Amino acid sequence: MNAIETHGLTKRYGALTAVDGLELTVRRGELFALLGVNGAGKTTTIKMLSCLTRPSAGEALLLGKSVVREPEDVKRLIAVSPQETAVAPKLTVRENLELMAGIHGAGRSAAREKARELAARFSLEEQMDRQAGKLSGGWQRRLSIAMALILEPKILFLDEPTLGLDVLARAELWEQIRALKGEITVILTTHYMEEAEALSDRIGVMGRGRLLRVGSAAELEAETGADSLEAAFIALAKEGKV
Amino acid sequence: MRQTALLSRRTAKEILRDPLTLFFGLGFPLILLALLTAIQANIPEKLFVLDQLAPGISVFGLSFLSLFSALLLSKDRGSALLLRLYTTPLRPVHYILSYMLPLLPMALLQSLVCYGFALILGLPWSWNLLLCLAVTIPVSWIFIALGLLFGSLLNEKQVGGVCGALLTNLTGWLSGIWFDVNLVGGAFLTAAKLLPFYHGVALARAAYAGTLTEHLDHLWVVLAWGAALTAAAMWAFLRQMRKN
Repeated sequence: MNAIETHGLTKRYGALTAVDGLELTVRRGELFALLGVNGAGKTTTIKMLSCLTRPSAGEALLLGKSVVREPEDVKRLIAVSPQETAVAPKLTVRENLELMAGIHGAGRSAAREKARELAARFSLEEQMDRQAGKLSGGWQRRLSIAMALILEPKILFLDEPTLGLDVLARAELWEQIRALKGEITVILTTHYMEEAEALSDRIGVMGRGRLLRVGSAAELEAETGADSLEAAFIALAKEGKV
Repeated sequence: MRQTALLSRRTAKEILRDPLTLFFGLGFPLILLALLTAIQANIPEKLFVLDQLAPGISVFGLSFLSLFSALLLSKDRGSALLLRLYTTPLRPVHYILSYMLPLLPMALLQSLVCYGFALILGLPWSWNLLLCLAVTIPVSWIFIALGLLFGSLLNEKQVGGVCGALLTNLTGWLSGIWFDVNLVGGAFLTAAKLLPFYHGVALARAAYAGTLTEHLDHLWVVLAWGAALTAAAMWAFLRQMRKN
């Protein structure tokens, strides 16, 4: 069974079609990047897949569960780390982690244990008693991803995980994301070509609500005759397709 | 139930860990109480008598609850924390209750501190003070619902203006805390009697005076406003949830 399958997935806002008949397959354990300029339909696609918005037409199955007919089941399989910082600022790192574990049904001691595990994995131990709002952007982003992972999702959506981070913080976060490969399915949206290239198994390029190309970075480069993913992306943009 | 408790604890921590909450929620009403009592001690007219002033300021203090809860909700919306939570199996009722329930004990604590301080300033002790605390529950319901309503509709900056300035002024001027609205009359009196704040203060004063049973009409107005505002707040919350 694939992690994600979409069939004619469409979202319309009045006269505007944000996502138009999307046909996408993501394999289990794969790290799949979605690329596209602003307004290409990436965020709307993620919102439909994470049950935040209902499709206007079509269907999406996450590990066989329908986002239209079984959204509650889908929500038990997924976690989302949004682009903006999504932490409770006046709670400590520990309290943020335990809150998310508790929301997903963990008892008090289990939540505490899970928080400890995730803190160790993301090197957050020394920050555990600091309020999340007082952490630097890099630590907040790290906490945000740890909060998503504490739910033990089968599919993780990472929306622009390293946006605004410095080079060092980005490299550290890349390591954390790489470590997830094979363990869970990760859908990554990013504007950074080097990020998509460094982290993902396959890349989907979206434009005008449609999925235009899918392949590895090397395949996309070969197809467009470009010498880098960025050049390949620009070539697609110049064709007026993105 | 467990999820509501978890989220409610988080709401309480977020609010109580903000030093502005302690200042406006507890400190400011006490400063007003002390200041107006000092003024009363130096004037011959009975303008700010404690048995009228303390119930009034207790209700006025509750208006800051709207500010606290609306600010928290608008920040949660702005920071994408709610977006993250919407992708978990939580249901709308969990969110709505968690933004309302923790404010109730805070309201009771606020009133307790206000009446306690009034006793220190010279308010005669009466068992009716327990009734005053009891009427805090329906009156605070209005302000708690207003917090959820404005937090769902407005952004952080707008909440500061509407709840921090407009609502506290409306509560202060149209409730009869500082002066008898009957003396003003006209449209001012009509507006005061249409809105729930005047009735909240009248209810608290009647509770202290031991004449609550004679003034139940104020309770019905307060309860009707509480129910209407809660319905409006739930609609606004669900609307913004769908929009996300």
